[in-house]
Amino acid sequence: MSDVITEEGEQQHPIAIYFWVWGLLFVLSALSYMVDYMQLQGYLRWTLILFFMFLKAGFIIAVFMHMFYERLAMACAILIPMGCLLVLIGLMSFEANYTKDTRAVYLDGGTGVMQMEGVAKHD
Amino acid sequence: MSYGAAVDETGRPVKVVEGLPGVVTDWSSDQQAFKRVPWGKAMMWIFLLSDTFIFAIFLTSYMTVRTSTTVPWPNSSEVFALTVFGNHIPLILIAIMTFILISSSGTMAMAVKFGYEKKRKITTFLILATAFFGASFVGMQVFEWTKLIVEEGVRPWGNPMGAPQFGATFFMITGFHGFHVSVGVILLLMVARKVWTGDLENMRPGFFTGRRGGYEIVEIVGLYWHFVDLVWVFIFAFFYLW
Repeated sequence: MSDVITEEGEQQHPIAIYFWVWGLLFVLSALSYMVDYMQLQGYLRWTLILFFMFLKAGFIIAVFMHMFYERLAMACAILIPMGCLLVLIGLMSFEANYTKDTRAVYLDGGTGVMQMEGVAKHD
Repeated sequence: MSYGAAVDETGRPVKVVEGLPGVVTDWSSDQQAFKRVPWGKAMMWIFLLSDTFIFAIFLTSYMTVRTSTTVPWPNSSEVFALTVFGNHIPLILIAIMTFILISSSGTMAMAVKFGYEKKRKITTFLILATAFFGASFVGMQVFEWTKLIVEEGVRPWGNPMGAPQFGATFFMITGFHGFHVSVGVILLLMVARKVWTGDLENMRPGFFTGRRGGYEIVEIVGLYWHFVDLVWVFIFAFFYLW
């Protein structure tokens, strides 16, 4: 049986594709676990984690959640708004780095204890 | 004042109601934006979109506190390590939980397929298998939380391993996800009962809303379940592996 979506919106796909994606998700999860097990560090670690994460997320959304087979209008309505999150993540990342730098300069380990001499106190 | 005659798809004039009743009739005027998508499925997708934003906000605040703290972040690889038969294995419980949740997604996807083929026995079995995997996931999470609280002394306001924000974000993010899994298990059991008794096949009205639903209900609860798995993919990457 091939990929069919009936008039009533029933999703009908060959069972093989579910088994393939299931197996693929197992392999990808094992690979991302290996990233930690092998203790890879730095940019290699972060790149691999993100790579495996997006692959897994993509397969779950596209095949298990049938987004690949849905109407393009609905896929756009659901997936495009998620792009707003990139703005949030970008802004908060910028903000967090600024906070970290400020703490490194003025505070003792972010505990709130004033450390550096020469910092003006308002009394 | 007229803005042009309101007509339906076939060109027949539509009765326009004013005032507060008009709000209701306008929104319930049976317009279908997404063709060949059952309304319940479109609504579930919109709910999942909003849920995505909630989880994204949790993960973003986690990123913010982890980036901005000058105290070392606890090494999750070691915090979540277990000693199994004398072997010290890093992050092993989380890896097992990941495989269990992925397996539950696999059985769920096949339950949707067999549901549309109206194979009631195997659909019920697959949904129950999904619920079983989900329940065992929650069980392992209880074990993980107990170990962290009782043995490691992690609290939402501090822990012995490093930055105090670790506990706050950990309990908030995994707690909210675990709550989603628990709700999912309850929904799955309800849908499994509907499939088993033939409620979906005979379009019997539901006991709560009184609405009649067919096998698209299996796909709709499936969407929710896959979403729970999807969120775990992100939590696994950002909280446990990063």
